[in-house]
Amino acid sequence: MAEAHPVGFQWVMEAKLRGAKIIHVDPRFTRTSALAHTFVPLRAGTDIAFLGGIINYVLQNELDFREYVVAYTNAASIVSDEYTDPDELDGLFSGFDPETRTYSPESWQYAQQEHEGDTRQDMHEQRETSSAQQFGSHGASVSSALRDDTLQDPNCVYQILKRHFSRYTPEMVEQVCGVSPEAFREVCEAWTQNSGRERTTALCYSVGWTQHSVGAQYIRTAAILQLLLGNIGRTGGGIMALRGHASIQGSTDIPTLFDLLPGYLPMPSASKHPDFQTYVDSIRKPGAKGFWDNSKAYTVNLLKAYWGEKATAENDFCFDYMPKLTGDHGTYRTVLDMIDGKVKGYFLFGQNPAVGSAHGRAQRLGMANLDWLVVRDLVEIESASFWRNSPEIATGEIVPEECRTEVFLFPAASHVEKEGTFTQTQRMLQWREKALDPKGDCRSELWFLYHLGRLLRERLAGSARERDRPLLDLVWDYVPPEHQHEPWGEPSAEKVLMEINGYEIATGRPLSSFTEMKEDGSTLGGCWIYTGVFKDGVNQAARRKPASEQSWVAPEWGWAWPANRRTLYNRASADPDGKPWSERKAYVWWDEAAGEWTGHDVPDFEKTKPPSYRAPDGARGVAALAGDDAFIMNGDGKGALYVPQGLIDGPLPTHYEPVESPFRNALYAQQGNPTRKDYPRPDNPINPSFPDEAEQVAVFPYVFTTSRLTEHHTSGAMSRYLEYLSELQPEMFVEVSPALAQERGLEHMGWCHVITSRSAVEGRVLVTERLIPLRVEGRVVHQVWLPYHWGAGGMVTGDSANDLFGITLDPNVLIQESKVGTCDVRPGRRPTGPALREYIAGYLQRAGLDTGRRTPILTTGTAGSHTDGREADEGAQP
Amino acid sequence: MIGKTSLFGPVNPARDAGYDDPPARKGFFTDTSICIGCKACEVACKEWNEVPDNGFDMLGMSYDNTGSLNANSWRHVAFVEQPARPTAPPVDLGMPTLLHDGVADDGQQTTVAGEDRPDFRWLMSSDVCKHCTHAACLDVCPTGSLFRTEFGTVVVQDDICNGCGYCVPACPYGVIERRERPEAAKNVGIAQKCTLCYDRLGAGMTPACAQACPTQSIQFGDVDELRERAKQRVEALQAGGVTDARLYGADPEDGVGGAGAFFLLLDEPEVYGLPPDPVVTTRDLPHMYQRAVVAAGALLLGAVLSFLERRS
Amino acid sequence: MVPEATFTSYSGLPVVKASPWKADIPAYMFFGGMAAGSSLLAAGGDLTGRPALRRAGRFTALIGLSATMATLVHDLGRPGRFLNMLRTAKLTSPMSVGTWILSTYGPIAGVAAAAELVDMLPERRVPALFRLVSAVGRPAGFVAALTAPPVAAYTAVLLSDTATPSWHEAYRELPFVFVGSAAAAAGGVGMLAVPPDQAGPARRMAVGGAVLELVAEQRMESSMGITAEPLHQGKAGRWMRASKALTITGALGSLLGGRSRPVAAVSGAALVAGSVCTRFGIFEAGQQSARDPKYTVVPQRERLDRGEPTRYRG
Repeated sequence: MAEAHPVGFQWVMEAKLRGAKIIHVDPRFTRTSALAHTFVPLRAGTDIAFLGGIINYVLQNELDFREYVVAYTNAASIVSDEYTDPDELDGLFSGFDPETRTYSPESWQYAQQEHEGDTRQDMHEQRETSSAQQFGSHGASVSSALRDDTLQDPNCVYQILKRHFSRYTPEMVEQVCGVSPEAFREVCEAWTQNSGRERTTALCYSVGWTQHSVGAQYIRTAAILQLLLGNIGRTGGGIMALRGHASIQGSTDIPTLFDLLPGYLPMPSASKHPDFQTYVDSIRKPGAKGFWDNSKAYTVNLLKAYWGEKATAENDFCFDYMPKLTGDHGTYRTVLDMIDGKVKGYFLFGQNPAVGSAHGRAQRLGMANLDWLVVRDLVEIESASFWRNSPEIATGEIVPEECRTEVFLFPAASHVEKEGTFTQTQRMLQWREKALDPKGDCRSELWFLYHLGRLLRERLAGSARERDRPLLDLVWDYVPPEHQHEPWGEPSAEKVLMEINGYEIATGRPLSSFTEMKEDGSTLGGCWIYTGVFKDGVNQAARRKPASEQSWVAPEWGWAWPANRRTLYNRASADPDGKPWSERKAYVWWDEAAGEWTGHDVPDFEKTKPPSYRAPDGARGVAALAGDDAFIMNGDGKGALYVPQGLIDGPLPTHYEPVESPFRNALYAQQGNPTRKDYPRPDNPINPSFPDEAEQVAVFPYVFTTSRLTEHHTSGAMSRYLEYLSELQPEMFVEVSPALAQERGLEHMGWCHVITSRSAVEGRVLVTERLIPLRVEGRVVHQVWLPYHWGAGGMVTGDSANDLFGITLDPNVLIQESKVGTCDVRPGRRPTGPALREYIAGYLQRAGLDTGRRTPILTTGTAGSHTDGREADEGAQP
Repeated sequence: MIGKTSLFGPVNPARDAGYDDPPARKGFFTDTSICIGCKACEVACKEWNEVPDNGFDMLGMSYDNTGSLNANSWRHVAFVEQPARPTAPPVDLGMPTLLHDGVADDGQQTTVAGEDRPDFRWLMSSDVCKHCTHAACLDVCPTGSLFRTEFGTVVVQDDICNGCGYCVPACPYGVIERRERPEAAKNVGIAQKCTLCYDRLGAGMTPACAQACPTQSIQFGDVDELRERAKQRVEALQAGGVTDARLYGADPEDGVGGAGAFFLLLDEPEVYGLPPDPVVTTRDLPHMYQRAVVAAGALLLGAVLSFLERRS
Repeated sequence: MVPEATFTSYSGLPVVKASPWKADIPAYMFFGGMAAGSSLLAAGGDLTGRPALRRAGRFTALIGLSATMATLVHDLGRPGRFLNMLRTAKLTSPMSVGTWILSTYGPIAGVAAAAELVDMLPERRVPALFRLVSAVGRPAGFVAALTAPPVAAYTAVLLSDTATPSWHEAYRELPFVFVGSAAAAAGGVGMLAVPPDQAGPARRMAVGGAVLELVAEQRMESSMGITAEPLHQGKAGRWMRASKALTITGALGSLLGGRSRPVAAVSGAALVAGSVCTRFGIFEAGQQSARDPKYTVVPQRERLDRGEPTRYRG
């Protein structure tokens, strides 16, 4: 966090000054570790085993916050007795189909609940379209389940959880993660002792945590632990995702993702959503509890924002104008399709995949095979210059004179040269004024997209073709009269924000809450969760009242969605009767006299619904939520320890080894995530792992991981081109432990190169004790660390660490596994030119990958064929 | 103008320099116990003061690629990796028994997490000009380019400095330096160092580095108040078991009369590249002059004797 | 054998900065010293009726003076920068004090040399102004002699008033080393330039200077502690060894064969060269001591470990 989020880390330091204990768990000792009280190194890619161990510690010692758990989580819910745990199935859940590697989730449901959820076919399509992502905020579409509040029923979630995690013992944690029992115990004790009525613990992770083939389940494990300890919905608790850029939260709220619409509405599917009603019903799940019941209003308002008066109840508000998903259109699928010549054009906005995305070579080869490429950035980044300076020029794979891609590089305005909002990790929008005009032809994204749309509409004007209607019927009027005199016609960002907020169409009155959104088309709003940001016609995101002039929650600094609520699900900060769990942690509570919820924050609950409220039979939607259903967005109103619906890889997190691992899974016969999304192509080889032969696995004997340095920003596009940042970290380097340096003959400040089946990258050797060999499954494993900031452009250049990764994705959200892999490390510089590919080919051959053979994904039932890794032949090394 | 403690000892430097009613002395308290090594101070300083880059050289000194305070780096973050001292010296210097590439058997002398690894530390500290009460650079400057501001700080006037370089060896901390590169930069050949953002102070603003510091490791304010704050902080740390915590440069009776920029360190000063007991060289200047006068007299006398002897 | 001092540093990097000065500065010190000693010889020669000694002294002073200005300006980069020093007078800055000493001494010594030149011209052709110069030549020579010793001595303070360990720690004896070196150099030039019958005082000054330099240097080293080490190491060590050899040779030659013109010339040249070596040796030793953190850290650490941190005591 200190490395990549130094500004946010000030609050950790402030907490430390006030006596908080800081624990840092990371494969390597970083600047964060330097300031933490305790540093716990672990093997990259074993976090579920580690957190699962803590969950087991909590459950075995009954250290959970029982009242909270019974009242607010689904611990008491009874699960169908058809459910079988990986505990009994060698690492698979019940309902697995080896053919499609997907689950049929029927057996995962709550007992005696009529199943109306997903089928296996759905699971397959969800993996293709990552549409499971929608459940991130939708929750299960289940209604109330049978309960056992004593938590004794063997089929209740609590007991299932206990059995599931019972094998995650401290000994297992030591074996899998390389964490000593003492260090592990210290973490367990610190966490549990600092949780409960009087105290809360926060968990912060940087988004590298999600970049695993089990990424979504990492977060799930954290959620289970925090729910068990009562750390959700309460002040000082929570799970904080430290997003990777200034407004990445904003770019998922109003997404730049292929599968989501603003406000986490799913992108319609061509096969599943033939009409508007089907689409809406698929979101709100008739009969379920919670605020998704109003999703028709949210969708209508979005469509009205797009198509204005053309969108009417009669034409389903132009729902048919919406593009529909037909399969996997994710970024990695697209890149591979580019290589295959299936994609003609590509837009890059402030993104540098040539350096910043996994499998850089595939990224560059893909971009070199387009008709056109539009790059908008501050400088000529590698994704614009790849045709003349990528490593593939040297290997002969890209020939500048023959590269067919026409690159259009548009200079972009920087964040101080344009107005708009940043949405940070707390879902808080902060308005930013323009400090000065952009130089020369530099322009904002808003300008670019507006005028691109304007020009397209001008070209199509008068077209009678049906397919042009969506574009021609768009409301496209973002340049207000007062801007039109400007030489370049900058659209008004406030006007856009007003449309996002929404207003009453007849009067223009801004909506103050999404509850004011109408289904009849009389209001419009571009993103329901942002409604209120322009409450009373005031740009709430621009508020900057100093901390000293308001309460400690600081509600008048910026604006947080939804409804300026700073902590989600804060109903859980009070007990079921509506009283604070403790005076010390009082946050939101029920004021009996006033008959309403009150407190320091905006209550995340219907204001006047008393704690004692119980829904009448047959109630649905918001009305069905009981007075103690704190998790108001979930179908059963409960925090999900167990997720009966919506996750493709199972209702509970399970430790699977990274796709590339020198070890076999010590917990289950199933080695890796069985449902992961893979792209079995010759240009996407994956290093051998179990059940491959040990000598093949040993070709890549080390574990590597990558991350950022404070001095640079991601692909370096915003730092390597500036002298003041470049001089602070001027060269690509590789961090190794003294032991590995000795083993491989690496000299401090000399050169070395790191090799995977995709490529080899070189850097200077930084020998440091901050990297610590770990003892895993009785063997010493070396971890190697690389920063991924360098590329061919800028003031300081170097190889790109992301070239080392292949493409394997988490099945739920299609995020790539780019924080762990296996590699070899050798002294000296890597070969250049065609020799580089020959060098890699040699590794492929030794690893048995040259024949196109791929490591089997399913490994259950093959346990007997495992050979001991120690028999590997060292002579096989180059 | 010359007082009893003008060369050594506690004094209000601005008043001693002739300001009748100076504002409170300004300075930095750099608390290295919460420095996260982000180098925002280095960058903010360069941005504000238009200090050029110092070259793109990787130094291999942990994450320090700046190296030292110099003409082109007025803030410098030191990174000290303090390896754990092994509990037992490594004895077996023969080749470790490798049963499998990269995976050694239990007999290998490899330090593994949780074994023989007491308290590895990574210290970080942002260094800066100390703005000494008795500033040798200022004392020895022959042109008056270096001067004492009303805030008690020490600043170079670029247009008066003649590049004689005398201040460079005079500084007991090795802070000030003549700018030699890049050729196109301004003030090449001129002595350069932190001004404590004199221009910002004049406008009632905080120096750029302190403004940019995300963790309040760099605190700016009135020196008297900062000293008090520092004292409390070090006491709190020590009470909390951080017995290595100590103040550096906060004592007005020390060798430079107390620094305007002082530090809370977690180890001996020399670990961070700071002199452990610096003294302003001009403390000894009266004595030096005395010796020189005697020597000059001896030369004169010797010359006279050279001639007298002949005559006698 | 004293065990090597153990100390901690930051990656072995220096704590203090070495001066940015190059060969200009030791050369400047040498020429200044030589000029100062020569002015003394010139004045003595004038008073005692040794015109050759007077003339050689005045010219040597002028040459030395010109060379000091040349080296100084070269060091500063351009002549205008010297003028910046004249905008103020600062007692705390030995360089400022030295500037004013030099600015006093320089013109006067210049006038004395000019008078010598004028006197060499055929008498009838001399313009009025030149005659005036000639007339003030004598008093100028005497005043130059009186202002000369500070020129030779202040350069020691200039070096010592720094945080450069081997310069600062030498401050008690360095002025004596430097005036000794100045006397030896000036005497040496006198022996080279003046016939032996008039060069007696120059010989005695050379020998006396050499002895003073050697004795003072010895005492200096013993008072410097660890910071004397650089005087024996590397480039500085080579300069200092050469200095010692040349100075002793020159002094012995002067003593034993000073009345022989060739021996006097060789001895004089050895003393001049010895003085050059002394200046470069001391200069380099300081630079070396600044570049090695040992000489900054160890003495300070020892003070602390003795429980004697530097503190102001009323």
